[in-house]
Amino acid sequence: MDGCSLVAKDLACLRGDRLLFRRLSLSLASGEALQVAGPNGTGKSSLIRILAGLLRPFAGTVERDGAIALLNERPALDEYLPLGHALGFWQTIDGPGAAVDRLGLADLLDVPVRYLSTGQRKRAALARLIGQRAPVWLLDEPLNGLDIDAAADCQRLVAEHCGDGGIAIVASHQPFTLPGGKLAIADYAP
Amino acid sequence: MSPLLAILKRDLALLLPGGRRGGTLLPLLFFLAVTVLYPFAVGPDAPLLARTGGGVIWVAALLAAILPLDRLVAPDLEQGFFDQWALRGIAEEAVIALRVLAHWLSFGPPLMIAALPAAALLGIDGPTLRTVELGLLVGTPGLAAIGVTIAALTVSLRSGAAMAGLLLIPLAVPILIFGAGSLSTGGEGGLALTAAISLLLVAMAPFAGGAAIRAAREG
Repeated sequence: MDGCSLVAKDLACLRGDRLLFRRLSLSLASGEALQVAGPNGTGKSSLIRILAGLLRPFAGTVERDGAIALLNERPALDEYLPLGHALGFWQTIDGPGAAVDRLGLADLLDVPVRYLSTGQRKRAALARLIGQRAPVWLLDEPLNGLDIDAAADCQRLVAEHCGDGGIAIVASHQPFTLPGGKLAIADYAP
Repeated sequence: MSPLLAILKRDLALLLPGGRRGGTLLPLLFFLAVTVLYPFAVGPDAPLLARTGGGVIWVAALLAAILPLDRLVAPDLEQGFFDQWALRGIAEEAVIALRVLAHWLSFGPPLMIAALPAAALLGIDGPTLRTVELGLLVGTPGLAAIGVTIAALTVSLRSGAAMAGLLLIPLAVPILIFGAGSLSTGGEGGLALTAAISLLLVAMAPFAGGAAIRAAREG
């Protein structure tokens, strides 16, 4: 995972006719992490999607070195399939080995995804994210719906990922223990 | 297993009969329902039924192709599958091309089989049935391509399903004209033109659909 980097210069984001933020720059090298904090509607999710390359910035550039893994409110797991099969689809693409045991999902593998609770879905999406083994993690509100233990697990996983030389950017309005700095997106509001 | 093979396998599991998203049986029953109702509507006039039956089969096939449109692309965008594929460098064009193939397999061949009892109900003779079947064989891939393209184009519209049906009809008219036309002129030329249009639509669908998915993601 060494040698990955994520550099954004002078980003601006326009949604509809509203400018959410402007002149936002950030630079992360291998092993670094950043929490993006701010109230609802200030553009945290948009920033994550811009960094992932799924949304075009209104201005500015993003340079990515290394594969991107994204965790947001869309788990990308088939609702009607048992969790094991739904994760299995991503394993056929990403290669075997999702962190099913670590996340307490072992007992849920036979349960169809549509019967899982919000927190269980989030944990399943985390397992998918880990299975991708991408060096750059972009997490959009990863703690939503997670109980205290799972939230601690999630923060530990992110810390381990950075310890292994990965990059993590976490957009969250909740406190999130990270081995890195904090970016208040409200500072970049026009 | 390569990513594209995995995606095709998933598409087929979703769309083929018994899959969660296809409802393949529904278009098929709809198709048969139309062909059953038609003789009731025009009366027991055997020569008239035999003469117009091929056209009725074509219209019924076209209408049946509209039914599954709203489930073809939209759920994958809502659930984030297209985002995850894009992050893994899998082109939207490739995904749409596979979706066309899976969609065709889910309704083309079943429709050709259902055309057999339909032809019996309408009293269509052997040679005409052969032309109908060949026409469906070369025409339904085009219908599948239009269907997936329109499903991708209307993916972010709130009333997407209704709009998709309205959009499909004018685009499908050329296939209908040549496909059903091959019945009255007795054949080869009409089939060849149906195949040509079908091929063109299949070739365009991945690019139009891929661009539509990317546009929907920006929205």
